Amino acid sequence: MPRLVDPEQDSDLGDRLCDRVAEAFAQRTPLRIVGGDTKAELGPAVCGEPLRVTGHRGIVDYQPGELVLTARAGTPLAQIEAELARHGQMLPFEPPRLGPGATLGGTIACNLSGPRRPWAGSARDHVLGCSLIDGRGQRMRFGGQVMKNVAGYDVSRLMAGASGTLGVLLDISLKVLPRPATEVTLALAIDAHAALERMQRLAAQPVPLSAACWLDGRLYLRFSGAPAAVAYHAGCVGGTEVAPDFWQSVNERSHSFFSDARPLWRLSLPTCAMQPDLDGDWLIDWGGARRWLLSDAPGQWVHERARRLGGHALRERGAGADNERMAATDPALLVLSRRLKQVFDPAGILNRGRMYREF
Amino acid sequence: MDRQRDELIAQLRQVLPPDGLCTEASMLHAWECDGMSALRQVPWLVVLPQTTAHVQAVLRLCREHGIPVVARGAGTGLSGGAMPHERGVLLSLAKMNAILDIDPLACTARVQPGVRNLAVSEAARPHGLYYAPDPSSQIACTIGGNVAENSGGVHCLKYGLTVHNVMRVQLVTMDGYCLELGTETLDSPGYDLLALAVGSEGLLGVVTEVTLRLLPRPECSQLLLAAFDDVARAADAVGAIIAAGVIPAGLEMMDNPAIRAAEAFVHAGYPTDAAALLLCELDGPVADVIEQTGWVEAVLGKAGASEIRRARDETERALLWKGRKSAFPAVGRLAPDYYCMDGSIPRRRLADVLQGIAGLSQRYGLAVANVFHAGDGNLHPLILYDANQPDELARAEAFGADILGLCVQVGGSITGEHGVGVEKIDQMCLQFGAAELACFHAIKQAFDPDLLLNPGKAVPTLHRCAELGTMHVHAGQLPHAGLERF
Repeated sequence: MPRLVDPEQDSDLGDRLCDRVAEAFAQRTPLRIVGGDTKAELGPAVCGEPLRVTGHRGIVDYQPGELVLTARAGTPLAQIEAELARHGQMLPFEPPRLGPGATLGGTIACNLSGPRRPWAGSARDHVLGCSLIDGRGQRMRFGGQVMKNVAGYDVSRLMAGASGTLGVLLDISLKVLPRPATEVTLALAIDAHAALERMQRLAAQPVPLSAACWLDGRLYLRFSGAPAAVAYHAGCVGGTEVAPDFWQSVNERSHSFFSDARPLWRLSLPTCAMQPDLDGDWLIDWGGARRWLLSDAPGQWVHERARRLGGHALRERGAGADNERMAATDPALLVLSRRLKQVFDPAGILNRGRMYREF
Repeated sequence: MDRQRDELIAQLRQVLPPDGLCTEASMLHAWECDGMSALRQVPWLVVLPQTTAHVQAVLRLCREHGIPVVARGAGTGLSGGAMPHERGVLLSLAKMNAILDIDPLACTARVQPGVRNLAVSEAARPHGLYYAPDPSSQIACTIGGNVAENSGGVHCLKYGLTVHNVMRVQLVTMDGYCLELGTETLDSPGYDLLALAVGSEGLLGVVTEVTLRLLPRPECSQLLLAAFDDVARAADAVGAIIAAGVIPAGLEMMDNPAIRAAEAFVHAGYPTDAAALLLCELDGPVADVIEQTGWVEAVLGKAGASEIRRARDETERALLWKGRKSAFPAVGRLAPDYYCMDGSIPRRRLADVLQGIAGLSQRYGLAVANVFHAGDGNLHPLILYDANQPDELARAEAFGADILGLCVQVGGSITGEHGVGVEKIDQMCLQFGAAELACFHAIKQAFDPDLLLNPGKAVPTLHRCAELGTMHVHAGQLPHAGLERF
């Protein structure tokens, strides 16, 4: 039974969007999928006629007892999170919005997750199903609204992080969770090396940790859960309590750390990797798994250091050669990725070049 | 005799160790079926590689000769996914069974595909860690098979399926390339090919190494048992627990036939007169568990439980779980044969679906015992039959197919965790339309252009679906005529 939460704002443009894509396919017109346009800077610019999806919006189904929410891709994230909060629930992956207009579709297409990521899982992990328009203008549906579903290849999770290059997301079903009863954030003054060690130790213990970040000589730890458990574990850690909006400033990149002219690098490393030997300023998030670097170091060095530590780097912002933004893809993987692009978008009209420079 | 086979054997001998090949007709029978024992096929020949390089060499040779390849782990699968091909190589990963590394700091395990699921948790135990997905067959089933099937278990609602607990796999494609999908970090660049590979039922590539995410063992666990006089009331209690903001580590339900069978089998102390029984396990920090235990007991009381019991200690907890985990063999004693189904549904439709299954049971004249992963809406109806009676297997299969149709009808899926394999290939036509099926075939072709890996499984041809549709129309009824009551 569909439950339309906001009938005034609700609109289903699915058929119209299918027609637009089919027409673009027939004429080989490149399309640029645009939601709230809050994530444009996260990747290379896309040339193409804008395909606006914000009008395709509305929460289609939400049953708090099922822990499942289904919404159209153009639904503002703010609307979804407000509706979840009314029922004491949340998006466990704590997505950043990066602007007031952020939509569900853009969030899933970019697979964006926040500070809770190492403990709760990523945006992709919470996708249960989706419907999409492929590059021919065909509407298809994968996955569903149930927690366990292993029929067919997991195309809906493939869409998470594909940046709209494999299809235009129409609606998405997500697993949601209850909000924790309490959250406390503590700060401890220690250096980066000690902070990494501390984060690793905590990660291997059954503590109710939900965020861990180091910045500017301080380790920030967030505990979530029942009040007694949070109080006990926070007491074991010590430190001083700080306001919870710290996490928002890191997640939304509104913290002063991010206002810097130097190139901004995002390094994904195994949590136990030591700090890379690179000059610059660091912000360590995700318990050590994600490390932001502000640095003028040559791109090749950054990629090389990340690779040697078992991870990879991506230049999110700042000038530099285009081919130094991300490390080269393994040729065999590139061949396979290109074939998948052809499966979903044979004419190459959807967000061309956004994901891979080559297609 | 068979020139092509002899030629292939000669070439395989050159790339495999002496004990890496089995060609003796008398031996080959050992691999003729997996856990779906109604489907049998003696393999053409069996190879047992010991390294990734062996797997690469075998796949290259088979591709050159155009020979199909079926990968197999422990053979515990329940949908015939590892059923051999009559003119194909059965690739057993059983000898690639080394745990390569447990990293207690990174909380990861790097393992070969033939490692048993439970062996990972056993190896991680000294570090206070474990591997969360725990299919009932975890003593025997292998990680490679878990990846192929995206296996679940009783803790999925809280800890996810295999796809949520695998960070990286090494996948050898049919042309012998060894791909690295995913990384040992929390985000990987490029398309999420790992998501495609997990649950691909051996159609896209052969997994030769896996990095698993390990979790800290919870500080404590508390198991609650609740008995109900009415199945619908138990089903409603499941929703009420979750609506109260509790995510149990496990939330299992059994109906009366399953309770009685399990009790007779392991003497767990189950209330045998109850219509339904819930097992609810809470885990986490001690203070969390104490608080939630109180909440859940209150919810169960309000939902009309006739009895609520807390496991007093670890021994009682283990015993109560043992009853549930032995439900399949226990039910197996009630009839000469049983057919285990695996559908998933939105939780709120549990009572309706149970009623529907009861109706079908009468219609087909076959008894059924129901075991569910109630927390995540995954049903395992066990249909009892006697294969020695001429039409009972066919009736059991038709009954099972109707249950799956019912799952699709209420917005669920034809398989929650056992996979499609050969068993449910026709039901795929119910769940997906022509466009989606064509897309699956195209994905398959992107990985395996000659369609040599596990052919004929998991995804039906459009032609097959069209024929089924016609057949049902000819019979003058929709595929699931008995279901209008919903």
